[in-house]
Amino acid sequence: MVQLTLPKNSKVKQGKVWPKPEGAKNLREYKIYRWSPDDGENPRVDTYYVDMDDCGPMVLDGLIYIKNKIDPTLTFRRSCREGICGSCAMNIDGTNTLACTKGMDEVTQDTVKIYPLPHMPVVKDLVPDLSVPYAQLSSIEPWLQTVTPEPATEWKQSHEDRVKLDGLYECILCFCCQTSCPSYWWNGERYLGPAVLLQAYRWLIDSRDEATGERLDNLEDPFRLYRCHTIMNCTQACPKGLNPAKAIANIKKMMVERRI
Amino acid sequence: MSKTTSIHARPLSPHLQIYRLIPTMLMSIIHRITGGALYFGIVLFVVWVAAAAASKEAFDLVNAVYGSWFGRLVLFGFTWALLHHMIGGLRHLVWDTGRALEKATSTKMAKASIVISVILTVLVWIAGYAVRGGF
Repeated sequence: MVQLTLPKNSKVKQGKVWPKPEGAKNLREYKIYRWSPDDGENPRVDTYYVDMDDCGPMVLDGLIYIKNKIDPTLTFRRSCREGICGSCAMNIDGTNTLACTKGMDEVTQDTVKIYPLPHMPVVKDLVPDLSVPYAQLSSIEPWLQTVTPEPATEWKQSHEDRVKLDGLYECILCFCCQTSCPSYWWNGERYLGPAVLLQAYRWLIDSRDEATGERLDNLEDPFRLYRCHTIMNCTQACPKGLNPAKAIANIKKMMVERRI
Repeated sequence: MSKTTSIHARPLSPHLQIYRLIPTMLMSIIHRITGGALYFGIVLFVVWVAAAAASKEAFDLVNAVYGSWFGRLVLFGFTWALLHHMIGGLRHLVWDTGRALEKATSTKMAKASIVISVILTVLVWIAGYAVRGGF
């Protein structure tokens, strides 16, 4: 259900201001959401100062600087640092994106404000619990399904059919789009969300897949698919430049076309 | 995810409070609000028609209320809500064909819908006063 405000235990309090690095001249202010499961306190926003002369250009570099040099308790996920693993998805400067591919110079405000992915249970600091989206992903059975006997070599696909997967297969499942969607915020347990629906479409239009009908049956539901109201936050947020809104529109089209 | 040893319930991360309002998101919210406002607007219309059916006095009274500066302001808002909702509906119609969903296109359409709705509303009122022959 729509609940515009945060529950009592989730209200964000003012946090502490950490000392500026000594002797640094070129500082960038970071305001970061903090919550620890250990102390029973409400979440808070801490202020840090990053020495830009001693730090890389990306927002993730700033986070690593803070963890290494100021506050080792700061918790976040990161791995590849080049936009292919999807671990460091978070809300930066009011938009969901990857910390590793977001340049500090791209941040519109002087202060770099960082929150976990929106409307998710927080495990610690910038780490959200993504169990629900993962369960939703497995519900659409994201793998090739066939009934014809397996060919001796491989499942062949024409060039034209392969091109249809472009803009879909590149999804890294960072869930930036999923958690940017207000419809997903209000109906996250019943609406599959943009990332999962993009994956669903990726298998629906795969020329080799033979479960198209069953896949569409599974999506034919007022919530699972039709909670998409074309708000377009997903497409605006995707750090890989993909278009979940268009994938969803195409699924809706397939629903109509199969009835004709 | 493995079981947590935490005894404290996990908080919900901030959403509306921190997400930057972008044109497409804003127009989506306005589409909903104007849709709701139209219910109220239709009630105004029904009151007007019902008064006309009831008696001349009732009709004159409703006309006087609607014709006051406040009444006109509400009607102006109703006109805008109707036109904005209509343009939003057209936008959805285009989207339903799978077109105009690209990042830049949808943002341009969102910005255009607010500009066009305001211009159309003003035009409707200018036309209305022209037909009436004065203020």
